[in-house]
Amino acid sequence: MPALVLEAQGLGKRYGATVALDDAGLRLRAGEVHALMGQNGAGKSTLIKLLTGVERSDGGRIVLDGRDIAPATPLEAQREGISTVYQEVNLCPNLSVAENICAGRYPRRRWGGIDWTRARAEARTLLRELNLDIDVDLPLASYPVAVQQMVAIARALGVSAKVLILDEPTSSLDEGEVRELFRVMRRLRERGMAILFVTHFLDQVYAICDRITVLRNGRNVGEFAAAELPPPALVAAMVGREVELAGAHGAAAAAGDAPALVEAEGIGARGKLHPVDLRLHAGEVLGLGGLLGSGRTELARLLFGLDRIEVGRLRIDGADVDLRHPADAVRRGLALCPEERKTEGIVAELSVRENVVLALQARTGWRRCLPRARQESLARHFVELLGIKTADIETPVGALSGGNQQKVVLARWLATEPRLLVLDEPTRGIDIAAKQEIMGEVVKLARGGMAVLFISAEIDELTRLCDRIAVMRERRKAGELPGDADGARVLAMIAGH
Amino acid sequence: MSPQSPSPDPALPRSARFAAPLRRAAAWPLFWPLLTLALLLAGNGLFNPGFLSLRWQDGHLYGNLVDIANRAAPLAVVSLGMTLVIAVRGLDISVGAVLAICATVAAWVVVRAGGGDAAPGLLPLGLGILAALAVALACGAWNATLVLKAGMQPIVATLVLMVAGRGIAQLVSGGQIITVYYPPYAFLGGGFLFGLPFPVYVVAGLFLGLYLATERTALGLFVRSIGHNPQAAHVAGVRARAITAAAYVFCAFCAGVAGLLVSSNVSSADANNAGLMLELDAILAVCLGGTALTGGRFSLAGSVLGALIIQTLTSTIYAAGVPPQVNLVVKAALVFAVMLLQSAEFRGEVRRRLARGAGAGA
Repeated sequence: MPALVLEAQGLGKRYGATVALDDAGLRLRAGEVHALMGQNGAGKSTLIKLLTGVERSDGGRIVLDGRDIAPATPLEAQREGISTVYQEVNLCPNLSVAENICAGRYPRRRWGGIDWTRARAEARTLLRELNLDIDVDLPLASYPVAVQQMVAIARALGVSAKVLILDEPTSSLDEGEVRELFRVMRRLRERGMAILFVTHFLDQVYAICDRITVLRNGRNVGEFAAAELPPPALVAAMVGREVELAGAHGAAAAAGDAPALVEAEGIGARGKLHPVDLRLHAGEVLGLGGLLGSGRTELARLLFGLDRIEVGRLRIDGADVDLRHPADAVRRGLALCPEERKTEGIVAELSVRENVVLALQARTGWRRCLPRARQESLARHFVELLGIKTADIETPVGALSGGNQQKVVLARWLATEPRLLVLDEPTRGIDIAAKQEIMGEVVKLARGGMAVLFISAEIDELTRLCDRIAVMRERRKAGELPGDADGARVLAMIAGH
Repeated sequence: MSPQSPSPDPALPRSARFAAPLRRAAAWPLFWPLLTLALLLAGNGLFNPGFLSLRWQDGHLYGNLVDIANRAAPLAVVSLGMTLVIAVRGLDISVGAVLAICATVAAWVVVRAGGGDAAPGLLPLGLGILAALAVALACGAWNATLVLKAGMQPIVATLVLMVAGRGIAQLVSGGQIITVYYPPYAFLGGGFLFGLPFPVYVVAGLFLGLYLATERTALGLFVRSIGHNPQAAHVAGVRARAITAAAYVFCAFCAGVAGLLVSSNVSSADANNAGLMLELDAILAVCLGGTALTGGRFSLAGSVLGALIIQTLTSTIYAAGVPPQVNLVVKAALVFAVMLLQSAEFRGEVRRRLARGAGAGA
């Protein structure tokens, strides 16, 4: 077995009351590609931040080549030999390729000036190692993202890295570009570099990685050889099995032959979603499972008019509809609790009352302002119904905790009395009690005749709540399962086996 | 110590009794603009005892205060429009140029429609107003198109019209200052109604209309939600783009109204100098009034106060007889002082230093 290059033990990090990382570790060997897997919030990014000096660890140690290191800044980590390429290329698009590669360690002339000739030559040499022959004087922005990614890697190589961390480098690349990236990764592996590869695409893990470390809830689940961990086992390790919560699973109320409330026939959009069929009936909870990037959110956005449907037909109540704007969807009785609570959900500066009435008011129109008394009674009603913990209905929503903010967004949509409620990861990043309250309320509403599309990465949540489960994989619908399906079957479908 | 006396120190309850309402007043958004204006006026009254006096003569009210309100009217009108644009995360630096276009168009139409004839009637006035406001709306639509359809940064998008606008105005005027000899037109910017200058009524009317539109309809809520978080507003079904476009159109409309007031006041239209640098004064007025430049939080009354503060500054400088060549420097110093007074950070720093000084002294 090759020598350990980097060993991290017992790393922890808390932000205020939230524990982002709790006793996590990692072992990287020379000449291997190592996958770091885990769901959102599992602690992958935090772990990387600690390794690269973006954040300081609360405890534990990092050993590089047998020496304890404690990088305090990204620059220090780089000097130690740990380089990182982030998901979003974080170079300077307006600077030239050569400047980007050499920034921070320009070759100097005797009197302190920058030796541009040598800088350019160095940049060219590094890029040639990656089989890339481009004009290093052009601004970075004039090249496609894939090339920019390569430039970022070249920059990492330039500091003669022992450890290269690739944080979701493939999320914006097409297939050919991914192949090219893998070729480069293999070459670097042969040179004895240790590569830590973070991705959400399972097939890529198995295409390139030797070993896999899985994190869940800020802790190590384990380290596995890729060959010995089949995809369903990997997904199970990532998703985990929670303690069984109170089963909310009711008898499936919807009859299969009742007319569908929403019927999607091959809807899709280029670069976002391959054509998908979906039927939703009043009073049923349809689960939508799949990993991040599998097309779950994209489907929800199409259904709600946030993105335009480019192919296929969408029918609501049997009539073809063309949703150009969320307002069109809202008018037809659709509602969407988006995945990004902070950017797309709450308006942090406005009060609980204003946030609750926003969607209803948008549907009523600007001319007919809801009377203040009605706004207040609505807000009070939902604060009580959902158990929103707030000092007052005039408190700005930004002052509430994450779970309560999520409840306010839910209240906003319940106030419109929707016929279809789309919940995109409604329970992400909130505590278990708030989670259960939200899910309980959703099921109750469904039994009252509302249709619910419930998007979640957690198998347990899906099998416990849903009447049917549709699974997304690689931006397609992989299939549908009955709600009482075994968790293992759902896992297998998510993993594609 | 007897249990009846709540505190051993008699000075403490008095200051506390005084401090609590003061703190509550200071938290009121209009407190600082109002205080600034009051201080400026009081300062003037102190050094120039005649400054605050008002007198009634020939059925008109005269005095510096009336004069300030009258002269601040064009800026106040433009600031009201600017407030809405800034509230939806925009900016319109073309208002000065739009004012010049509308002033020129109005004067041109009035003259062409026979405003100089022996008995012209009111038709030329109506045509002039209609033409100017129609052009203003078109300018606003142009700005909205560049920002929303072409996706340009607001400051760059409106820069186009800021630069091009004066050229357009000169085209209309043929490079000349258009002079209007037509009494009804002069009434808009120079006439009196019930003893007060007519422009004051224009500001009051616009303010009232806008206040009702943002408070009695849901527009205020929509504007604030767009300004704070445009994406969340969009997802909630708010027609964010339509409302943003309307804000630009309304802002240009306000510039058009201001153009009518300005050109009517001097009975002429100067394509080069009408409303010069007005955009900066308008942004300053909006800032002074407590509207956040980052969008969301806005105050219409604050913007009107801001315009009054700026005009008071100008009047102060004239009243104090500051020589014209140092006029701008004095104004800059005053603006600087006003901005410091309005800065919460600066006030906090002063309070900390005072507290430290008091602590050291004790």
